[in-house]
Amino acid sequence: MNRTNAPRPPARRAKPAAGARRLAVLVATRKGAWLFRSDAKRKAWATDGPHFLGHTISHMVLDPRDGRTLLAAVKTGHLGPTIFRSADFGRHWKEAQQPPAFANLPGLPARSVDHTFWLTPGHASERDTWYAGTSPQGLFRSEDGGVTWAPLPSVNDDPTFRGWMGTVQDGTPDGPKLHSITVDPRDPSHLLFAMSGGGVHESRDAGRSWRTLIEGLQVVQGFDPANVSFHDPHCVRVCATRPDRLYQQNHCGIYRLDGWGGEGALTWERIGRKMPKRVGDIGFPMVLHPRDPDTAWVFPMDGQTVWPRTSPDGRPSAYVTRNAGRTWRRLDVGLPEAQAWWTVKRQAMTVDAQPEPALYLGTTSGELWIGRDGGERWSTLARHLPEIYAVEVAELA
Amino acid sequence: MKVLIPGALRSYTRQAEVEAAGDTLDAMFDDLDHRYPGLRFRVVDEQGHLRPNMRLFVNGLGVRDLAHALRQDDFVAVVLALSGG
Repeated sequence: MNRTNAPRPPARRAKPAAGARRLAVLVATRKGAWLFRSDAKRKAWATDGPHFLGHTISHMVLDPRDGRTLLAAVKTGHLGPTIFRSADFGRHWKEAQQPPAFANLPGLPARSVDHTFWLTPGHASERDTWYAGTSPQGLFRSEDGGVTWAPLPSVNDDPTFRGWMGTVQDGTPDGPKLHSITVDPRDPSHLLFAMSGGGVHESRDAGRSWRTLIEGLQVVQGFDPANVSFHDPHCVRVCATRPDRLYQQNHCGIYRLDGWGGEGALTWERIGRKMPKRVGDIGFPMVLHPRDPDTAWVFPMDGQTVWPRTSPDGRPSAYVTRNAGRTWRRLDVGLPEAQAWWTVKRQAMTVDAQPEPALYLGTTSGELWIGRDGGERWSTLARHLPEIYAVEVAELA
Repeated sequence: MKVLIPGALRSYTRQAEVEAAGDTLDAMFDDLDHRYPGLRFRVVDEQGHLRPNMRLFVNGLGVRDLAHALRQDDFVAVVLALSGG
């Protein structure tokens, strides 16, 4: 029999898992933005981009309340910061009429927004509300879908907060950041944000007043943990199906907090102590399972000496806990085994909400990776992109 | 007056040279923002300062003070700073 003419069995078509939806991965980079669209099986991917080629995009987020509105935080090397909005999933973009900008008040040093760093859609019940965090640290709210933005004076112009924020001179080389803006899915008035540096803060009254949540968090050795200025949360996330539980990747470890929204005292527990000692528990991103509050992923980095912020020993790996931080397991199958020196930034790792979730991460060397089966098998979706700042994944209608 | 617009801002003006009015550079940018909404904030921050790495030339002379007085026959060039590559 001629082997080449032998009839082939019909190809088996793997069916997407029940409930699977088409996805889009939104990639924000130092030189533009890209959208990668997939089918429900996450096998075939279509590239849409670049959008804003040459512009620095800190974050690009889909509004989950309508499934088509995108917001992008944009600036260029020379031009000032702004927000662009698309009502048709990136086909057309329109600039905000009033982007985030600080008020000019007497008595406090004047500040100017260098860039918007973080975007968070408001509560499901508040259809047009968005929040933005900036560098230097500022919190802003839009109530018209991102067209106009107003500063929150309870943060931006409060002398105590301003003391904790310090000045640009006190921040990291890329500028101090306000990030991890979180809206409690149980209560649109219950908000949280974090500052690098400047601690973690929550509000029960939609941002009119705030209290600090730093109990249990550690600071760099030799500094006073009672001083909010010394606290450097890198990424804080709330569990979607158990909103009283927060996880945090901090400059000084990985933490969990239970009871958020309750009346009692709240204390962070350092769950990163159970990470392998040679790897440590320093990193940028914190990623939570869409349904299981005991499952979370991190991506450790080297925080020794001058803080290279690359993977320990040049061997990148995610780590997963399936029991709320009691144990951690390495997930590196498919990732480079040696001599890989890239960094995964705090917004550059995420997870989808499919029945069998996959992870996604973007590197500073411009690679976009997918970690199938919850990070058990890694492969690249794209290479040779600019330095990746943020990766978000959205389900398409 | 005539104002030369750099390539990075032509998504607002759609042309390299535009007309503007104003007694000072600050007023000129207000007028440009009225004609081309959003342009001013990309060049001048919320504290009224020219952004870093932006340069202005009035009749060929470099100026940073936005209070600099203008005459209607002046020629203003808005330029992205060139240094280091």
